[in-house]
Amino acid sequence: MTTRTVAALALAGLLAAPAWAEDAEERLLVNDEIEITLRAPAPEHLDGALPEIVSGWVYRSPETQDLQRDDFDNPGILYVDQAREVWNAALGSEGKSCASCHDDPESMRGVRPVYPKWDEAKGELQSLEMQINECLTDQMGAEAWGWDSDDMKNMTALLASVSRGMPIDVAIDGPVQDIWERGREMYYTRYGQLELSCASCHEQNYGNLIRADHLSQGHTNGFPVYRFSTTALVSQHNRFRGCIRDTRAETFAIGSDDLLALELYVASRGNGLSVEGPAVRH
Amino acid sequence: MAENVKPRVKVPSSASAGETVQIKTLISHQMESGQRRDADGNVIPRSIINRFVATFNGETVIDVVIEPAVSTNPYFEFEAKVPESGEFVFTWYDDDGSVYEDTASIEVS
Amino acid sequence: MERREVLMLGAGAVVALGLPLPAWSAADDAVMAYTGGSDVLEGGVTLDAPEIAENGNTVPIRVSAEGAEEIVVFAIGNPNPGVATFRFGPLAGSQEASTRIRLAETQDVVAIAKMSDGTFHRAVREVKVTIGGCGG
Repeated sequence: MTTRTVAALALAGLLAAPAWAEDAEERLLVNDEIEITLRAPAPEHLDGALPEIVSGWVYRSPETQDLQRDDFDNPGILYVDQAREVWNAALGSEGKSCASCHDDPESMRGVRPVYPKWDEAKGELQSLEMQINECLTDQMGAEAWGWDSDDMKNMTALLASVSRGMPIDVAIDGPVQDIWERGREMYYTRYGQLELSCASCHEQNYGNLIRADHLSQGHTNGFPVYRFSTTALVSQHNRFRGCIRDTRAETFAIGSDDLLALELYVASRGNGLSVEGPAVRH
Repeated sequence: MAENVKPRVKVPSSASAGETVQIKTLISHQMESGQRRDADGNVIPRSIINRFVATFNGETVIDVVIEPAVSTNPYFEFEAKVPESGEFVFTWYDDDGSVYEDTASIEVS
Repeated sequence: MERREVLMLGAGAVVALGLPLPAWSAADDAVMAYTGGSDVLEGGVTLDAPEIAENGNTVPIRVSAEGAEEIVVFAIGNPNPGVATFRFGPLAGSQEASTRIRLAETQDVVAIAKMSDGTFHRAVREVKVTIGGCGG
C-alpha cells in the first residue's frame, strides 16, 4: 500500500461504513421490476485478477444510487425519451425510420449486451455506434451521426435501456481474439506522466479513494451514463479518453481502433453484470 | 428558446377524498446559471426556469421561486390534498418568456 | 481580486473558525432582506441534505416545516446565495418539498421558514462537496 493510499484511507475514516462494503440490503431493483446483478463471478479470462466483478453503482453514495431505482428519478431517461421520438422519425432519403425495420425499441432487447460485436459482412468489430451509423447510411440514406453527438448518445441510451437487467455477454474469441488481446494489452499498459494503467486504478485500487472519490472496477455495463459532472450522457469512448487524459497522456481519439479494442476488452471484464444504461454516476 | 424542454409529472391516478398524494415533477432544462464561461472566456448568459406552480382545480398547491442554484433538469417532489376528482396543472416559467405546462387528472372516490 | 472572491474567502475563513457570519456577507444580506431584520428562531424547520455530496452539481435536499407559509433556502457559499422559495398553497398536503441543488463548494445550506404567525425559523446543514478524482 502506498503512502498516498494510506492518507486517502485515513480521510475515508471520516466517513461511516464504506460505501462498497457488501451489505445484506444492497439491491438495485429498477422500477420495482428490473433486477440488476450488482456482483457476479469474475469471468474465467480474468484468471483470478478480480475475486468477483462489482457494478460501479455499488461504489456510489446512497443519494446517487437512489436516482437509478426509478426511471422518473433517473435524468438519463430524459435522453432515452428523446431517442424514442427520433426512433419513429424518417431520417434519410429512403423515407425510413428505425421503426420501419425494427418496430418498437423494445424489440432491440438483447442487442446491447453483445456489443461490441464482429460484423461478418463488413469483416470488422462494430460498436453499437458503428452499427447505428450503418443503419443510417446504408439502410436509411441518412448522414452518419457523430460518435459523441447527442443523437448518438441518446440512441445508445435507448438501446441500453431496453436491455436492462440482461447480462453483458460479449464474445472474445474467433475473429475478435486479436483485437481483444490488443485491448487487454492496453488495459495493463501504463500511460502518461502519472504512469497509470487502467489496472492501476480499477483492478488494484477499486474501493479506495482517488482524491475524494471512490474508485470502481471500471466496468462499462452502465454506459452511456448520466454524469452529474457534465449533467449529460457520456459515451464509453469519452470516458476512456477522459481516464487516459487524467494520467496526463496524449489520449486516443473517440471512435479510434485503439479505443474500440479497449471497449471490447473492458466489456468482457464485465461479462455477467447487468446492462444498466443509462446508469447515474457523479 | 431553450432546446428539448419537456416536462414530466408523476401523479397517482386515483385517491380517496381528502387524502394526501405525493407528486414528482421534472422538466428537462439546462438551467444555465450565468456563472459559467464559454471556451473564449465569455460569460454564458443566464437562462433558467425561474418559477414553478402546481394547482389543483384552480387552487394553489405549491408555488416555487427558482434561482440558478437549482440543478439542471429541475426536480420537485411535494404533497397535495385532493378534496375531489379533478385536474392538476403544472406550469414552468422560463427566463426566455416560454411557459411550459403539463396536466394530470386524478379520480377521487 | 474581485469583490466576490473576497467575500467568499471571508465566509470560508469564518466557517473554518466556527464563528457566526459577519454582518457584511452576501448571504447575511440575503437572509436580512428576507426576514426584514426580524429575529430568527432555531428549530421548527427540518432540512435534510447529505453530509457529503459526491458532486456539487446535483445535491438532493428536503425541507419541511409544519405550519409554514413558505420556506426559503440559501446556499451560503454560492456566488448567489438564493436557491429557491417554496410557497405552500391551500391544497398543499404538507409544508414539505424536495429538490436538487447546486453547491459551488463545501458550505452551509440554510432553510428559513416563515410561519403563519409571522415568526421565522431556521435550520442549517453543512454539506461537504467532494472534489472528484477524475470527474470533479
